[in-house]
Amino acid sequence: MKKIWDFHGGIHPKENKDQSNQSAITDAGIPPQLIVPLQQHIGQQAELVVSVGDKVLKGQLIADAHGPVSVAVHAPSSGTITAIEEHEVPHPSGMSDLCVFIETDGKDEWCELSPCEDYSTLTPAEILGKVRSAGIAGMGGAGFPTEIKLRPPREDKVNTLILNAAECEPYITSDDRLMRERAEEVILGLEIMAYVLQPNECLIGIEDNKPEAIEALREAAKETQIDIVVIPTKYPSGGEKQLIKVLTGKEVPSGRIPADISVMCQNVATSTAVYRAVRFGEPLISRVTTLTGDCIANKGNQQVLIGTPVSWLLEKNGYLNQKGSRLVMGGPMMGFTLDQTNIPTVKTSNCILAASPKELPQPDSAMACIRCGMCSEVCPAELLPQQLYWFAKGQEFEKAEHHNLFDCIECGACSYVCPSSIPLVQYYRYAKGEVKQIKADLEKSNQARERFEFRQERIEREKEEKEAKRKARSEAAAKAQAAKKAAAEAEAKESKEGTAEPSQAPVTAKAEVSPAPEVTLESLQKKLLMAEDKLSKMEAAWKDAQENNPERAEKLAIAVESSKANVKKFTLQITELGGGASDTPAGPSLEELESNLEKTKGKLQLILNTLEDAKQNHPDRVEKLERAVAKNHTRVASAELALREASEQQSKQQASKLEPTESKG
Amino acid sequence: MALMNITSPHAHGPRKTATLMRVVVITTLPGLFALTWFFGWGNLINVVWCSIIALAAEALVLLIRKRPLAFYLKDYSALVTGVLLGLALPPLAPWWVSLVAVAFAIIIAKHLYGGMGYNPFNPAMVGFALVLISFPVAMTTSWAAPASLLENPMSFFETLGTIFGFGSQAIDAFTMATPLDIYKHEIGHSIAQDVTQNPVFGAYVAHGWEWVNLAFLAGGLFLLIKKVFTWHTPVSMLIALTIMSLAFGWDADQATPPLLHLFAGATMLGAFYIATDPVTSAVSPQGKIIYGAGIGILTYVIRAYGSYPDAIAFAVLLMNFAAPLIDTYTQPRTYGYAKAKRGAKEAE
Repeated sequence: MKKIWDFHGGIHPKENKDQSNQSAITDAGIPPQLIVPLQQHIGQQAELVVSVGDKVLKGQLIADAHGPVSVAVHAPSSGTITAIEEHEVPHPSGMSDLCVFIETDGKDEWCELSPCEDYSTLTPAEILGKVRSAGIAGMGGAGFPTEIKLRPPREDKVNTLILNAAECEPYITSDDRLMRERAEEVILGLEIMAYVLQPNECLIGIEDNKPEAIEALREAAKETQIDIVVIPTKYPSGGEKQLIKVLTGKEVPSGRIPADISVMCQNVATSTAVYRAVRFGEPLISRVTTLTGDCIANKGNQQVLIGTPVSWLLEKNGYLNQKGSRLVMGGPMMGFTLDQTNIPTVKTSNCILAASPKELPQPDSAMACIRCGMCSEVCPAELLPQQLYWFAKGQEFEKAEHHNLFDCIECGACSYVCPSSIPLVQYYRYAKGEVKQIKADLEKSNQARERFEFRQERIEREKEEKEAKRKARSEAAAKAQAAKKAAAEAEAKESKEGTAEPSQAPVTAKAEVSPAPEVTLESLQKKLLMAEDKLSKMEAAWKDAQENNPERAEKLAIAVESSKANVKKFTLQITELGGGASDTPAGPSLEELESNLEKTKGKLQLILNTLEDAKQNHPDRVEKLERAVAKNHTRVASAELALREASEQQSKQQASKLEPTESKG
Repeated sequence: MALMNITSPHAHGPRKTATLMRVVVITTLPGLFALTWFFGWGNLINVVWCSIIALAAEALVLLIRKRPLAFYLKDYSALVTGVLLGLALPPLAPWWVSLVAVAFAIIIAKHLYGGMGYNPFNPAMVGFALVLISFPVAMTTSWAAPASLLENPMSFFETLGTIFGFGSQAIDAFTMATPLDIYKHEIGHSIAQDVTQNPVFGAYVAHGWEWVNLAFLAGGLFLLIKKVFTWHTPVSMLIALTIMSLAFGWDADQATPPLLHLFAGATMLGAFYIATDPVTSAVSPQGKIIYGAGIGILTYVIRAYGSYPDAIAFAVLLMNFAAPLIDTYTQPRTYGYAKAKRGAKEAE
C-alpha cells in the first residue's frame, strides 16, 4: 500500500453523487444547431479555416491552433456552417466570444481519420503532434492545452505522472462513470502519456467514495506499472496542488507549476481523449457531462457533443424551472451560474447542475465576521481567510498580499463553513482583481514615466546638438569672413602695390586684421561702462585721499580727469556711431544732476548752520564739522562740474541731431 | 426565465452564527445550575437581569445607529454578553452594579467600537473590570456564602430583595469572601492545614466552587467537541496557569495551590467562555496558544501578586491588547512556502 499524506483543512459537503451515477452514460444526441466557441481554454483563440456556407464533416478542422498556447477546434458533427459570430460562451462574466454555428444534417458523417494500432511505433513528438491536432485541452477545469502541458518547460523531467480521478466536487460524476465504463481507455491514455514523458511512477489518485470505479481501474491496470491510490474523500482533494500533496507529500512552491517539482497531473477525461486521438485519430469533439439537480427529471451522464446548447440538453431531459433556481455549469463549489440557457457546452463542461432553491438555497444576508476561525481551519492552502476578508474589505491590498492572497485557490471551503454567511471567495476575487489592476496601472505609469523621461532626454539632446551645430556654423562663417577679408585685403594690396610677394600676403593680412577689429556699438558701450566704473572709483579714492593723503590726491585728481576724458570720448564715439547713446543714457540725466546739486548744496548749508551753532556751544564738534563742510564743498563742486558737462554734451548732441535736418531743409 | 446569478460556492454548510451563540448560552446552564444549587438564587436572578439589560441596551444602540433591530438581536451576541456577566458578577451584587457593567459592555465596549465583530476588547470583561475598579466594596462583599453553610439560606424573594434593595436582610450574614481570597490572605500567617479548616473549602477543593468549575468545564468540552472553538486557547491557558502555580505555588503552606487556582475561581468560565471569544482573540492556531498562555500566566501573576482576588478579567483584557501583535507574528505557513511569513512586512 502506497503511503499517502494529508493536506490541511478541507470539508465534507453532502456528496449528492447518487442522483447521477446510477445509470450508464447515454448519448445525448445531435442537436439541430451546434454553437462551437473558438476559444474554450486559456491562451489564444483558434484561427478559422472555414467560412459561412461551408459543408463540414464530423471531426473536420474548423479552426486551427494559432500561437503557442492555443487549441484547434473541430466540427462535432456533420452539417453546414450557417454563421460565424459573437455569442455568449460559458464564462462567469457571461461574456460573448466568436462562435461557429453549424446546422447539423443528422448524418453524423465522419471525415477521414488516421488511426494507429500501436502507439509505440510513433515517436513522442509524433504523439504530441496528434494530441495537438486533436485539439485536446485539460478537461478537468482550466482547460490548459494538453500538448503544451505534456511538454514540460525547462527540460524538467517528470518523475511522477498523476491521473487526477478524485472528482471531489459534489454532484459531479462524469469521471466516475467514465472510469467505470471505459477504464481501459483511461489506462491506455495514461500509458500513452507515460510513453511520452517516461516518468518513474504513474499514479491514479481516486477518492474512496467511488468503489466501482476503483475496481474497474484496478482490473484494467492489472498488467501495468500504474499504481491506483485510494485517498480519503475530502473536498478539495481533486485540486491539483492538494492531490500532489496527498500522493507525494510534496508541495508545489507558491507561484510555480507542478513540473517544477517533477510532477504532472492529468485529468481522467483528458486521458481518454488522448487515447482516442492517438488510437483512432479522433479529435476532441464530445465529452461526458453530468446532468443533475432537482430541476432535471432525467439525471445522469451523457456523451455530449461540444457546442450543444444547454437549453437543448435541458429541454430534452425534462427541465423544470423553479423560481429562485440556479443553473450551474460545473459543481456547486467552484462552478459558475448561467443566467441564460442558450449557451454551448465546451471541452471543460463536466457538469450542468440545475438546482432547485431547496437544494441550493439563496444565501442568507451576511452577518458580521466574528473571526471564529472556521474558515482558516478548512482552508486547504492554510491561509487566514478571516484576515484576508478583513483586508479585502478594508482595501488593504498590500496586507492581503502579505497574507498570501494569491495562493488562494478559490475552492470555496471558507465560504461553505462561514457561520455568518459571508461570501468570502467573492471578496478574494475582488481583492485579486484590484491588486492586478493596481499592478497594471503601476506598470502603465512606470512606462509613461520612462517615456516622459526619455522624451525629456531626447529634447535636451536635440537642443544641445542644435546649439553645437549653430556654433560650428557661426565659427565657420567667421572663418570664411576672415578669409574673405584677408583675400580682399591681399587683393587690394596687390592692386595697390602691383605685384607683391604672395608669401607676404597672409602676414600682412594678419597684421591688418588684428589691430582693426570692427568697432561696434556694443564694444563701445562696454568700454563706456568700464570707464564710468573707473571714474566713480577714482572719484571715491580722490575724495578719500583729499582728507588723508593730499599728495596722493593730486595724482588721483589727474586720474579722475583722464577717466572723465575717457568717458566723454566713448560717449562721443557712441553718439557718432549712430544715435545709440541717445537711446541708452550714458550717465545720469540733466534733471538728476540738477537735483543732486541742489541736494548737496542743501546739505552743505545745513552743515554750515550746524557749524555756526557748534562754534558757540560745542567747541569739541567744530573740527569734525569743518571737515564735513570741506567735504561737502568738494561734492558741490563736483556736482556743478557734472551738471555743466552734461548740459554741454546735451547741447552738442542736439546740434549733431539738428545737422541732418538742416541739410535736408 | 428567472435564473440567479451568484458566484461560487453555491453550497453552504449548516452552521449559523446565531446557532453558535445559542449553543454557547445553553452550555452555560450546567454551570448556572451549580451556582444556584450551591450559592442560592443570586446568579440566576443576575443572569436574567443582565440579559434583559443587554438586550435593551443592544436595541437602544441599534435604534440610535438606525440598524435593523430583529436582524441584529437575532444573532444572540448581546445575550451571550449578558449571560456571561450574570455568571461572572458576585451573586448578591446590587442591581445597579450589574446595570452599569452590562450597559457599559454593550454600549461602550461593543457598539462604540463598531458593534459585533469589531470590538477589540471582550465586552463582558470590560464591563466587569469597570465595576470591579469603580465599586470595589460591592464587588468583593457580595459573594454569597455556600447555602449549605447557612442556617437559614436566603429564599428567592429575599435574594431578589437584597439585589434590588427593597429587603431588610442583613446582607453580611449571607456573604463570605471567596476561597481564593481567604486562602491568599490567611496563608500569610498560617499553614495550609489550618487554612483549609475553614468550611468554605469543603471536602474537596472549595465548597461548591469545584462543582461550578466542573460544570463549566463540561459545557466547555461540549463546545470543543462541537467545534465551536478550537482547543488551543483554553488548553494553553489552563496549562500555563497550572505550570505557573506549580512553579511558584508548589508549597501549599506558602501560596495558593494549583487545584485551588483551577477549580476555585472563575477559571473554567474564563478558559472556555471568556478567553475563547473569537472576536478579541488571536486568530491562528499558534497565535491562540500564545494568547491563551498569556492569559494563564497573567491570571496567576495578578492573583498571586495583585490586590484583586480573581484576575480573569484583567488577564483577558491585557491579552486583547496583545492579540493584533500576536497575529502579526503567527501567520501560519501557507501551502507552497518553505516557511511562514513573520512580521508586518516582507523582509526584502
